[in-house]
Amino acid sequence: MVVGLENEKTTDLLFHALSDSTRRDIIVRAMVDDYSVSGLADFYAMSFAAVQKHVAVLERAGLITKHRRGREQLVRSNKDTIRTAYGLLEDMEKLWRERIDRMGEILAEPEEGEDK
Amino acid sequence: MTVKSVQKDTEQLTLTLTAEFDATANRVWQLWSDPRQLERWWGPPGYPATFVDHDFTSGGNVIYYMTSPEGEKYHGWWRISDINPPGQLEFVDGFGDSDGNPNPDMPTTATSVAIEEVDGATRMTLRTKFPSEEAMQQLVKMGMEEGLTLAVGQIDEILSEDVSSGIRA
Repeated sequence: MVVGLENEKTTDLLFHALSDSTRRDIIVRAMVDDYSVSGLADFYAMSFAAVQKHVAVLERAGLITKHRRGREQLVRSNKDTIRTAYGLLEDMEKLWRERIDRMGEILAEPEEGEDK
Repeated sequence: MTVKSVQKDTEQLTLTLTAEFDATANRVWQLWSDPRQLERWWGPPGYPATFVDHDFTSGGNVIYYMTSPEGEKYHGWWRISDINPPGQLEFVDGFGDSDGNPNPDMPTTATSVAIEEVDGATRMTLRTKFPSEEAMQQLVKMGMEEGLTLAVGQIDEILSEDVSSGIRA
């Protein structure tokens, strides 16, 4: 597959986190402004606990971070992680370049790849 | 140098790679169609691939696993969506369990391969579409629909920043 095996877990979390429309909405909102979880919960027709769960998924994937202001925990989008999703394209290029190198080596063998 | 060109479309999250080999199209096709040759190049170094099923027909399944240096097995699958030897192959691939059942939580990629003889060499054009396109586009689109223009501006900025230099690399 496309990603290094050691990154598999991170990628898994990242894509799982991005697969839900409420969570994507939270990311967009938390890019503009800092929100508390209860502030975010006002936007959605779902319970505070459900929103809290979405926030936890985003936090585990590194897409948002929480920081404290006074007595409130505020949610902020983590742009580095959002960028990482794009960095995956780089990983994919590297993977295929290496594969093509190996293909070239096999093709360069005298006996049409029958040996070994 | 085998790889002739690389194009990365960060909007479509598509990688297009063109390579040229000093071999016939049939010979290059064998690298894909013969599982014993395929497993010599598919896995990264240290993670040899073993292809268990290799049904190279339209709608056919390819099931394989890669073995880590520690002996751990990573199972993967392809589903052939289009095939026309020796010129064309399209498949979706992803991770799954040992029976080849896809893991729905893991991303998949769609890859198309075109193989053609050009001026005595064989050109292989590979196009891989990364799965998060939809999620990313939805993210941007949603921002616009909801009038979060600032957010959209910020997303655009993020996406245009330094994408090609591999921030985490």
